[in-house]
Amino acid sequence: MINARVTVTLKNGVLDPQGKAIEGALGALGFDGIGHIRQGKVFDLQIETEDRAKAEADLKAMCEKLLANTVIENYTISLA
Amino acid sequence: MKSAVVQLPGLNRDRDMIAAITKISGQAPITIWQTETDIPDVDLIVIPGGFSYGDYLRCGAIAARMPVMQAIKAKAEAGVKVLGVCNGFQILVEAGLLPGALMRNASLKFVCKEIKLEVVNADTDFTRAYGKGQIIRCPVAHHDGNYFADDETLKAIEGNGQVLFRYAEGTNPNGSMNDIAGVMNTRGNVLGMMPHPENLIEAAHGGADGRGLFASALEVIAA
Repeated sequence: MINARVTVTLKNGVLDPQGKAIEGALGALGFDGIGHIRQGKVFDLQIETEDRAKAEADLKAMCEKLLANTVIENYTISLA
Repeated sequence: MKSAVVQLPGLNRDRDMIAAITKISGQAPITIWQTETDIPDVDLIVIPGGFSYGDYLRCGAIAARMPVMQAIKAKAEAGVKVLGVCNGFQILVEAGLLPGALMRNASLKFVCKEIKLEVVNADTDFTRAYGKGQIIRCPVAHHDGNYFADDETLKAIEGNGQVLFRYAEGTNPNGSMNDIAGVMNTRGNVLGMMPHPENLIEAAHGGADGRGLFASALEVIAA
């Protein structure tokens, strides 16, 4: 069993109104000097295999096909 | 002219779409369910609005990967006209049938109101009942209609006349780049748009500005 984490973030240059709103809210809470907040998604998965190369290839395919919209998002994969 | 309306869990504007097509074409569309892979011969397939699969992951993302979308993709490649409205537009971009992406509204708020649309290109199967530059009224109701495309794509779709509708007179409700409200594929048979033309087709709606879209696509004379 391999535990994996996929992180999906917006590409540079893609407007992130939610990140902007979070930035504003943190400012309102008194956290100064916070800038350029970009929000994203995290997926934790368990894959029933011991083959790390296969797990990584499968995860890449999952990201390309569903977990990320590569028009606007980047993804990173990490295996535990 | 035979048409079909797609039904998926969470879509809720299908009945409006069926009513509009029936009233304008005089013929009720058939309905297609998510698991169908064999779509009968039709001239127009419509994916209506709503919240397919609860908008989970990204709006339209799950629907775009359902078996029915593979069948719709094949039909589109064969030249059948496909129209996606609101969630239907989101599904078409997620399925890769149209360029770009639809993101959370810049205001972060759900918008439900009437806006103005400019018919940017009237020389298409979807807009020929309108005049180029004509301003029409149309309702919108969405949370994720903020059209995004990278610079290269934006340049291409603008240059190719693929932008059919633009929010006009300062009514852009969602922050869409270039005020884009509706985009067509290069072949000219797939259109996605955030506004709801099916909700402005008769006096009871307070106007019939949306009728021209169906009249164009269905090749019937607007009443």
